[in-house]
Amino acid sequence: MKPALSPTIRPRGHLRLATEETAHGGASGIQLSGVSKTYRSREGDVPSLRPLDFHINEGEFFVVVGPSGCGKSTLLKMISGLLPPSTGEIKVEGVPVTKPHGNVGIVFQSAMLLPWRTVLSNVMLPIDMKRLPRDKYLPRARELLKTVGLEGFENKLPWQLSGGMQQRASICRALVHDPKIMLMDEPFGALDAMTREKMNVELQRIQRETGKTVLLITHSIPEAVFLADRILVMTERPGAIAAIYDVPLPRPRTLDIMADPLFIALTQTIRQHFSSQGALD
Amino acid sequence: MAEPAVMAKGSRLLNAAWIRPFLFLVLIVAAWDLSIRLFHIPAYQIPAPVDVVKVLWTDWPELLSQSWPTTYATIAGFLLSALFGIPAAMLIAGSKTVESYVYPLLVFSQSIPKVAIAPLFVVWFGFGILPKVICAFLLGFFPVVVSAVQGFKSVDPDMVDLARAMQGSRTNVFLAINLPHAMPAIFSGLKVSITLAVVGAVVGEFVGSNSGIGYVMQRSIGTFDLPTMFAALVILALLGVILFWVVDRIERLVIPWHSSQRADIVIAA
Repeated sequence: MKPALSPTIRPRGHLRLATEETAHGGASGIQLSGVSKTYRSREGDVPSLRPLDFHINEGEFFVVVGPSGCGKSTLLKMISGLLPPSTGEIKVEGVPVTKPHGNVGIVFQSAMLLPWRTVLSNVMLPIDMKRLPRDKYLPRARELLKTVGLEGFENKLPWQLSGGMQQRASICRALVHDPKIMLMDEPFGALDAMTREKMNVELQRIQRETGKTVLLITHSIPEAVFLADRILVMTERPGAIAAIYDVPLPRPRTLDIMADPLFIALTQTIRQHFSSQGALD
Repeated sequence: MAEPAVMAKGSRLLNAAWIRPFLFLVLIVAAWDLSIRLFHIPAYQIPAPVDVVKVLWTDWPELLSQSWPTTYATIAGFLLSALFGIPAAMLIAGSKTVESYVYPLLVFSQSIPKVAIAPLFVVWFGFGILPKVICAFLLGFFPVVVSAVQGFKSVDPDMVDLARAMQGSRTNVFLAINLPHAMPAIFSGLKVSITLAVVGAVVGEFVGSNSGIGYVMQRSIGTFDLPTMFAALVILALLGVILFWVVDRIERLVIPWHSSQRADIVIAA
């Protein structure tokens, strides 16, 4: 696969484009081959995603950056099995995705906690949906809430929590059934800048501790570089791969890493994709 | 928590829920009495409040026994509109096909005046309780459907996706997400429905019945017995208020989590 890059924005020096060599193929992780999506509407077909080919390794933190309406959320829905691709095939753990497979945890921009359920009961939602034994997973749900600092809030209702706390609870909900993959659609987009940075550090820790494969969609380039092992840059609608970058920054990363020359160079390079395309809104 | 506690204290002092409307009612009755005296309105046009109270006092047993058939018909009609209205709304909200066929007709049917077709029910079902129940049902049905459809449709699709991605079955997702989400809207529909069901039952009694508050009103107008007619109106208003209050109480029990009830939770906590 050769990522399409305009000649003016070649990665400089130590920054290199990730290619298939860095992705160890095989049965694990998420494999997309020729996946595209076209929506049918009354005005005719609206292409949302051009054919995509890439592989996300198991345990990798994979971040997708792209302008609004480039089909990022469509991608997420297709990987979770909610939406069939128009062409191509998606494989999760080597198994083709044809219907919801439940091997994902999803976190949206808003926490999406059910207002009539307590925090603990909200975290248990996937268990109820999958009809797994409640008493077996309750200790796990409590444990997860504890690790994100929500101990003592188990029996509160969502509206009694701050936005950041709600989003933490929704991350617990995405993890409670122990899926291989976490899909996150701009998970911290609704939070204030300071909470957002804190949540980024926290998410990095959670991912390292659990070893989940994470696919995170964001509008924030610094957030992408801070969190990612690899970054996929998408073009405007219909979305296609503009480039895939490796982020060779050492882990665990602290917020100080944002001053690292490599960090700055990477954000700069990625930003150029969008300044040449138009605004990243 | 300090602020709600202060508010609770304040509201307990004023007992805001009923004291304020009661004070306002006293004011209206005083104005009514005053204007009758000032403008010398004859008793066969508007009775004095005192006369109405007198009738309420002396004819209380009769009025009470006549209010039971109206109450039964109202409750039966209301329950039927909930029983049919909520599933109908589920179908309309759940299927574009059903919506496109049924919803416009439902709206169309609402523009038919129930008063005009009420005599038809008497022809079909006689002078018993059935025509009244049907009238109450027909008036109460529509608001339940409209509110419930809106409630079912306002569910965040992402929330449903989230549950579906967890392999939740259709029924499971519906029971865990769509239904509870629609409850506040359903209850606002039920509250409108219960007051309209009272109207429906009275309309049914107007056109053909030999019992009920509507019958009392019809009879007293025929004999220019205005104090009795006004007393019947008071009974009807009371009936509406009590039934509304009951639905409101049930709502608090069923959806204590809803934002409109939150002050209560804080006080209780």
